[in-house]
Amino acid sequence: MTSTTAILREIAARLLSSGAVEMVIGFRQGTIPMMNEPCFVRKPDEVGHLVWDSHCGINLANYLTDRKEKIGIVAKGCDSRNVVTHILENKIRREQLVVIGVPCRGMADKRKIAMKCPGEILRVSETATAITAEGEGFSRTFEKADVLQHNCSLCIHRNPVIYDELAGDLVEEQQGVDRYADVRAVEEMTPERRWKYFEDLLAPCIRCYACRNACPLCYCPTCFVDESRPQWVGKGQDPIDVRTFHFLRAYHCAGRCTDCGACERACPVGINMRLFTKKLEKDCRELFDWEAGLSLEARPALDQYRPNDPNDFIR
Amino acid sequence: MGIEPGRLHFSWISSAESTKFVTVATQVTEAVRALGPNTRFIQPPLAEVA
Repeated sequence: MTSTTAILREIAARLLSSGAVEMVIGFRQGTIPMMNEPCFVRKPDEVGHLVWDSHCGINLANYLTDRKEKIGIVAKGCDSRNVVTHILENKIRREQLVVIGVPCRGMADKRKIAMKCPGEILRVSETATAITAEGEGFSRTFEKADVLQHNCSLCIHRNPVIYDELAGDLVEEQQGVDRYADVRAVEEMTPERRWKYFEDLLAPCIRCYACRNACPLCYCPTCFVDESRPQWVGKGQDPIDVRTFHFLRAYHCAGRCTDCGACERACPVGINMRLFTKKLEKDCRELFDWEAGLSLEARPALDQYRPNDPNDFIR
Repeated sequence: MGIEPGRLHFSWISSAESTKFVTVATQVTEAVRALGPNTRFIQPPLAEVA
């Protein structure tokens, strides 16, 4: 049990027994290794379910939408930025929340680990810098830095941006990270090459919508892909429909996405759809000097008019 | 997303700016005609049902 887990349980028990919150949202051990699942704790004697390790990649802000009760939410850097976005978009009120911040050192990519192991992984343990995966007849230890999720290796907001409680010391933010090397590579392609690149990128998509469901931004009561009157986009595997879904979903996340990686993590076929949201993130940063979810005071890029907004593309 | 530059245009035209509308519409038409027929985002027609 990591010390963070112990602190989280202590905080959760205190908040629940004092009545400060009615529910704490955190993580518990999943039924298979490296797949921790969301956990809703309502009684102080249930806090023993809560855990914290390198497999808490799910974005818990997803579970706050339109809740009415007082909630304690466990939030790493990206979760806290999505909590801020939720508050700005009136999906939850700040007064309802006790944010239990967890300074984060990145989450492990279960695919990277699984690919480096010769068989099914049955047990996983970790120290501060290493992760050990064990199975039938093998045991492999990895440097944590080598098996981080791609978005975590590029993260520059590891500490929660808002918090009322803190489960551990603040960590040092990564400096000098080149966040957009992959986006630039796509930008430099010719239109023909880029069209082909996205064709290949999206070819395996089975339209399961796991990316949408895992995303804390995708809270619309009826998603545009589920509308049948009018039916904006076909339901099948047609490449044009697949493309429409991914491009439109990305645009709905413009200026809101925190690159938490929940979409890519949830994808059963391993599509890097973060490439789309990252392009929009890059544009927001370069054109509007905007990064999502950093402050409760600033208004989002799409919600604010400035006379000097770039408009050279309009004739 | 791989659409040719020149196929997508943005303009802001007031209902009072009829001449600007004509100019822009002509320019857009010419630019797109120069590119030729679009090949992307086209769904093949559904097969005839017997």
